Amino acid sequence: MLIRKNRFAEPRESEVTDPALYLRRREFVALAGLAAGALLLPGCSRASDTPADAPSKSTDSPDGFKTSEAETPFDKATSYNNFYEFGTDKEDPKENSGAFVPKPWSVAIEGEVAKPGTLALEDLAPAAAVQERIYRMRCVEAWSMVIPWRGVPLADVLTRFEPTSRAKYVAFTSVLRPEQMPGQKRDVLEWPYREGLRIDEAMHPLALLVTGMYGRELPNQNGAPLRLVVPWKYGFKGIKSIVKIRLQEERPETTWNMAGPSEYGFYSNVNPDVDHPRWSQKRERRIGEFAKRPTLPFNGYAEQVASLYAGMDLRANF
Amino acid sequence: MRKRVVHGAVLALCLAPLAWLAVRAVRDDLGADPIKTVTHFTGLWTLRFLLATLAVTPLRKLGFAALAPYRRTFGLLAFTYCTLHLLTYGVLDLWGEWGTLVEDVLKRPYITVGFTGFLCMVPLAWTSTRKWIRRLGKRWVELHRLVYVAAVAGCVHFIWLVKKDEREPLFYTALFAALFLARVVFRFWPGSAAATKARNSASLSASP
Repeated sequence: MLIRKNRFAEPRESEVTDPALYLRRREFVALAGLAAGALLLPGCSRASDTPADAPSKSTDSPDGFKTSEAETPFDKATSYNNFYEFGTDKEDPKENSGAFVPKPWSVAIEGEVAKPGTLALEDLAPAAAVQERIYRMRCVEAWSMVIPWRGVPLADVLTRFEPTSRAKYVAFTSVLRPEQMPGQKRDVLEWPYREGLRIDEAMHPLALLVTGMYGRELPNQNGAPLRLVVPWKYGFKGIKSIVKIRLQEERPETTWNMAGPSEYGFYSNVNPDVDHPRWSQKRERRIGEFAKRPTLPFNGYAEQVASLYAGMDLRANF
Repeated sequence: MRKRVVHGAVLALCLAPLAWLAVRAVRDDLGADPIKTVTHFTGLWTLRFLLATLAVTPLRKLGFAALAPYRRTFGLLAFTYCTLHLLTYGVLDLWGEWGTLVEDVLKRPYITVGFTGFLCMVPLAWTSTRKWIRRLGKRWVELHRLVYVAAVAGCVHFIWLVKKDEREPLFYTALFAALFLARVVFRFWPGSAAATKARNSASLSASP
């Protein structure tokens, strides 16, 4: 038995909320108070000391694995979630996921692989293989966070099952447990949730199969016990509570694309130049900040991933 | 004197949501995206006060006349919450991006519709005084039918902005639909004053 006291338990320097950010909360409160009193006039310039400009790529490690941007506080990242299996409000997942049982867990890997099989979570992401990544997370709803994840590169997992030459895409399926996931009792979306990547996207070193965050195990509301994180794509591509990974030749159907094909594309790469039909994607609100900041192409990971899409019309393939 | 006290109490009650919001702001209890919370909150209360405004007349016809004096109060509060909603979005949410505001209003249907609803309410608030009621006479009634446009705009705005789960906006839309239906029923119910009046002359019935 592996007995290793959690080496992530100590909060790291980077986990502490940036004091500058903390102080800015008051600015919001002051402004909200003004608004509440209907006294807010367009002329009053209170928050003129706008927060940090667009993150320059120099704040990321060259491989993109770690950004030094201020991390989103743990309580925000675990209380403001889109996980429709537990309800459609942002607070629902935290409130309604208490009865979900993430252990034991196993994942089936099937399709175009030489060695299909079912693997227990501990074998899929053994503690020794787990890495820490600090990624930006950009939601399609124009807000963003910075989250320290723990997980294993998706490529490492897929390689173990030896994909065949016909493996052009990877399809992921979430668990279907209406008795533990109250949101699945209504068909807001087609259950179970499905997502997919092109094989080269899946093999990219930034694509991560996540088992933890902030040095802890993944909370239920964040997709326990195993989720996908693809930092250059909109958050909904990061399918949660994965039970099946299938390699296949055809492009898989994906849940949000099925729900709204004109609004949510298969690729869904973060792109400030392609608006959502109903709202702009040019800017985003970093949770905890007041003013919005510009959204970067590929969520700031263009250097690492833009070549995957060379020659592709990103407007048509949104 | 008593009337004044009652009226003051009603007004205080109507402003209580705002006080609650302020308390939450001071306690830093507005969630991870406070501006979104405030936007949603003020938007919802706009719809609620529009509902209250539109409920006064049907309720009066059902015998609950006590609310009648507060129709204007409710209407003005709907306008107040709507203004705060717009300011939250236009000032707090789009801080310093006035170009985006113009672009949003012109380019994003749900914002265009919502803004139209707000514009409909401006003349209603402006002409809500006794002086204007007297000055406009019959035309005041006609003008104030704009409240229906504002209500429909509010519902469409809400339905169009949600990502997927439309239960909440549809719930509000159903309430508005019920109040609209009540007006149709009262108008054509055999023997109702309005029906008689409608039969006797083609003139427009009294209040919206």
